[in-house]
Amino acid sequence: MTPEIRKKLFYKMLRIRRVEEKIVELYPEQEMRCPVHLSIGQEAVAAGVCGTLTPTDVVFSNHRAHGHYLAIGGNLNAFLAEMYGKATGCCQGKGGSMHLVDLSAGFMGSAPIVGGTIPVAVGAAFGAVMQGLNKVVVVFLGEGTTEEGVFHESLNFASLKKLPVVFVCENNFYSVYTGLEERQPAGREVYALAKAHNIPSFQGDGNDVEQVDQMSAEAVERSRRGEGPTFIEFKTYRWREHCGPNYDNHIGYRTEAEFQDWKAKDPIMRTQKMLLESGEITAAEIEEREGAIAAEIEAAVAFAKTSPFPEKPTLFQHIYAN
Amino acid sequence: MMKTEPSQIAKQKSSTRELTFSEAIREALTQSMAANPAVYIMGEGVPDPKGIFGTTLGLREKFGAQRVLDMPVAENGMTGVAIGSALMGMRPVLMHQRVDFALLAMDQMVNNAAKWHYMFGGKLSVPLVIRLVIGRGWGQGPQHSQSLQAWFAHVPGLKVLMPATPYDAKGLLISAIEDNNPVIYFEHRWLHRIFGDVPAEMYRVPIGKARTVKEGADLTIVSTSYMTLEALRAAEILAKDGIEAEVVDVRSLKPLDTEQILASVRKTGRLIAADAAWQSLGFASEILASAAEAAYKDLKCSPKRVTLPDVYAPSSPAIANHYYPRAANIVNTARTMLGYPEQTEVEMGIKQETPLDVPDSSFTGPF
Repeated sequence: MTPEIRKKLFYKMLRIRRVEEKIVELYPEQEMRCPVHLSIGQEAVAAGVCGTLTPTDVVFSNHRAHGHYLAIGGNLNAFLAEMYGKATGCCQGKGGSMHLVDLSAGFMGSAPIVGGTIPVAVGAAFGAVMQGLNKVVVVFLGEGTTEEGVFHESLNFASLKKLPVVFVCENNFYSVYTGLEERQPAGREVYALAKAHNIPSFQGDGNDVEQVDQMSAEAVERSRRGEGPTFIEFKTYRWREHCGPNYDNHIGYRTEAEFQDWKAKDPIMRTQKMLLESGEITAAEIEEREGAIAAEIEAAVAFAKTSPFPEKPTLFQHIYAN
Repeated sequence: MMKTEPSQIAKQKSSTRELTFSEAIREALTQSMAANPAVYIMGEGVPDPKGIFGTTLGLREKFGAQRVLDMPVAENGMTGVAIGSALMGMRPVLMHQRVDFALLAMDQMVNNAAKWHYMFGGKLSVPLVIRLVIGRGWGQGPQHSQSLQAWFAHVPGLKVLMPATPYDAKGLLISAIEDNNPVIYFEHRWLHRIFGDVPAEMYRVPIGKARTVKEGADLTIVSTSYMTLEALRAAEILAKDGIEAEVVDVRSLKPLDTEQILASVRKTGRLIAADAAWQSLGFASEILASAAEAAYKDLKCSPKRVTLPDVYAPSSPAIANHYYPRAANIVNTARTMLGYPEQTEVEMGIKQETPLDVPDSSFTGPF
């Protein structure tokens, strides 16, 4: 990996982190009146995977979608405006945090029904192939989704038709407050499920952005060559509560010690340390970038806050397409 | 085979031939696929030797395996696949041989197909047709015969069609395929072999328009799907006593042509809603509610529902015979409304030449 790419991925992760930290800061104002599922701690997967895509590729996501949306280049103003329920939001206030879209960036949509977007992503790949489009589809999913029937239905069809789709599983070990050990059999790794569908399947460190980038690039290239789907399980960890801006290590479903272990593996600090030690980046450069990101976020927040709310008649718009 | 009483279903075009309902569907698919390469059809059994009650026979030979597909037994997942392909510009026609099978796909139909346009602020739409067959008779039983149109029609974002004639089967299916929204298209198994006049050209029946199949001054029968045929039979029987029933075939449950339905109710002052689905919270109740809200002062008597009782279809013909409402039920409901005594089927002149668990004598099962 070149220093330029490493820096780019670092900045991408940093920007996602800072945007979500701003949400943490502003959420108590109770002006963002929608559930938020923050991805703080998981940024390397979003940044690493999306960095391997070309502008014609597309992404689908789930309820924890902020990082994916920003990593693929989703518009920040429209994102924050959507959080505030504004007319200028990416869904004009119809979706909120759990429904994001930016077609110009290739972000096809995120939705919070667990497993709901997986077959849609497979269908997008199917539709692209039928039309002879050179397109790779990435779908982000959590490990909980692999317990859904529709996950297996989707993998079966993707494998059957050798579709250009990359299944990116972020295994953060928890479905809300329920640990993996209560949901899946011991001794059977998540990524093994995809092998049963004859899909090349791998497991990686989701907090190592370089590894994410490398594994994703191979998967994307395999799809682009027409060799079908790939499944990658990245182990990672969400720092904050399942839904909301706070920490919740004290409520009893996981331990503070487990959280601290994962915090020590912070994908951003890890990359920053490596970049500084190798001299590929200077503290001044980071400071400058931090300033630029902060300014961009401030402007986007201002845009969102000052944007108008949707007018009453828009309630009845977009039920049916013309 | 039955005929859809052409004397009552007025010819609408000159260049017509007689086709069965199945053949009309096949012609709609054929013409739609020829007109637009984005149209494809997929479903369990679509290219098999039976060809979905004849509706897909020969399509694979004509359009190839890429556009005429069988599929894994994965109703929910494949509905999602159809949705995803629609987002990419395809126009899928998805097919389930029973309504009951589609219940596995309610998540994708309701959470994704119906809402995708709305929840993303109108950025994309889902042009998708889902054909569902309502089973009846020959022991279909509790899980092969459900009429769940009200479930789908309850959901904003879906359109719901129930053609009753070969003419509408073709014209509505073409409209559905050309529509930019998810459309649920119900086919009653007992309609597949009826025949009627169908123009050869590619024509459209507008979605959201009811059709007055027969005019009359004394009462309005609002009917869906197969019940339209029973309503027409009832109207013929009532006419013998000089009772003139108007039959309005709903055709499109969503959007619903409330205007035409209410105009008829205002004219006749009497309303029967005939829908072969469960009564409680059903489509017939919706029709009565509309009349009660908007045409109350025009009603001369309480409106009535002729529906299925709130129980499941049993398999045994001995009790299934008591399950389905028929022309006689409509006739007696109407007679009571108008102050006539009820009649037996014999008095109505109804001859039971074929068993009641099949649509006609040529039908020998298994389905």
